[in-house]
Amino acid sequence: MNLQTKIAVRPDGSQTPVHQDLPFQQDQEAKIQTAYGKLSGKEKIKIGMQNLDLYYGDFQALKGINMEIPENRVTAFIGPSGCGKSTCLKTLNRMNDLVENCRITGKVTIDGEDIYAPRTDVTLLRKRAGMVFQKANPFPMSIYDNVTYGPKIHGVKNKAKLDEIVETSLQAAALWDEVKDRLKKSALSLSGGQQQRLCIARTLAVKPDILLMDEPTSALDPISTLKIEDLMGDLRKEYTVIIVTHNMQQAARIADNTAFFLLGQLVEYTNTTDMFNNPADERTERYITGRFG
Amino acid sequence: MKSEPEMNRISRRNRTTDRFMTGIFYAVAGFILLLLLAFVGYTLYNGFAGFTPDMLSFTAEGVGNQLFNTVYLVILALLISVPAGILAGIYLSEYAQDTKMTRFIRICVETLSSLPSIVIGLFGYLVFILMTHARWNLLAGALAVSILCLPLITITTVDAFRALPAEYKEGSLALGATHWESIVHMLLPACIPRIMTGVILAAGRGFGEAAALLYTAGMSTDLNWSNWNLTSPTCPLNPMRPGETLALQIWASRTESIAANSTQIANLCSAILILMVLGFSILARALSRHLDKKATGTAQ
Repeated sequence: MNLQTKIAVRPDGSQTPVHQDLPFQQDQEAKIQTAYGKLSGKEKIKIGMQNLDLYYGDFQALKGINMEIPENRVTAFIGPSGCGKSTCLKTLNRMNDLVENCRITGKVTIDGEDIYAPRTDVTLLRKRAGMVFQKANPFPMSIYDNVTYGPKIHGVKNKAKLDEIVETSLQAAALWDEVKDRLKKSALSLSGGQQQRLCIARTLAVKPDILLMDEPTSALDPISTLKIEDLMGDLRKEYTVIIVTHNMQQAARIADNTAFFLLGQLVEYTNTTDMFNNPADERTERYITGRFG
Repeated sequence: MKSEPEMNRISRRNRTTDRFMTGIFYAVAGFILLLLLAFVGYTLYNGFAGFTPDMLSFTAEGVGNQLFNTVYLVILALLISVPAGILAGIYLSEYAQDTKMTRFIRICVETLSSLPSIVIGLFGYLVFILMTHARWNLLAGALAVSILCLPLITITTVDAFRALPAEYKEGSLALGATHWESIVHMLLPACIPRIMTGVILAAGRGFGEAAALLYTAGMSTDLNWSNWNLTSPTCPLNPMRPGETLALQIWASRTESIAANSTQIANLCSAILILMVLGFSILARALSRHLDKKATGTAQ
């Protein structure tokens, strides 16, 4: 089967031929051979997971995950609700620490460092691996203060430097032109899509290397979704982006590599083209063709 | 499916009930408003009828000193209870685990706020006066009043923090802020308008308090407005001097005063108290709005 023609429906409903007007050209060349499949990406592996098990109390939410995520690529986690994709994402910046009774075994590394080692500085880890949430969560303060919140926490005090961070971060999040005249206005006065891009800008402001996005467009309208998808094409040049999405077309549109989770297991993980054209596992095929999930 | 005439009848009946209930709510609200206006109007009228400027003078004949004592005492009480109450509220809402113990603490705090003030007064007398071998003094009064204020501020702080969406804290932590940084830089500023409500309630309690001050701040006041030696008992700013407040003055004027115009003085004090509480509320709200605007930007 060939999904390429199906995935060419953009979220605003317009029909576009594949690979002509997509947010960005996916990297077609698969170079990294892993146990699962060939991954798109240069040689450098940013994130590794080895035999990762995660328990919420007695419930095992992740079962023996082994993954290598290449640098400067967009990796999508897909799968039905409750499959562990968000949980897996949250292990990467240790937001699961906040959940009571959450227990982790196995190893998670970023640039080869074990992030669950006892001497890990969690605040520095979260600075390196920024997170954008499903529901846009701007702080109840001005747009300007939202963006400078992180840098100030991490010790930037110089006003000129902060101004510069605000401008570059908002530009990187494609929001600058819309808000540059009202930076002192409340962030809560922005529309939903603008709020989500503000959250992306806020995350970029602390200069992470990894962007973790937990269904960032699921609460947004098609136009806003498109803007954020466009944005990701630019972001991957500088960041390693991981996006959790329940929208397979979105994964097909924006991801270089896609990982399919089911019941806490990583079923299939390969470059997006292979994943959607020749899924190796029958469960993957059934899921992406919409026969379950 | 019911028949059309019957549907019409039901619809008409529902509309009549709706109108009837709306009428009742308006009547109740109007009655309460009327009561309030009548009460405030009566107090203000009586207070300022037969008013002479020397009644406000800062001497033994006027109530200027009492007015000053009231404000000074409330400020002292708030200086003690606001930081303590906010810190206690932050502990209860952000740090304490939700256990039987913390629920018990919360019940204790709530009970404290409904404790009869004469009990607080006698407790204050025992602890702040007898045990320290001091005379009646304003600081003891302020401490007694802060016992009353503390639970109000603690509870509103707890509720304000609990009412914040969990996403705020998550977002802040995800940016690499510590729990404490998140509280200081984002959660607490976002709570200020609601905490201010608690402060207003607490201050109102302080302005009107009499029983708790009877045996702590004392019933006398003797100030020398040219004496600024803080250790002198006649210096207005010395917190270790006795200080009668307006509420106590009302009580004294109506019970034990032998002055010819004692009734008039009591009425005036009541009127001033009402205006003061009103003024403080307006001021605090304006301040809160200003802080909120500064924090959140001008829109919304």
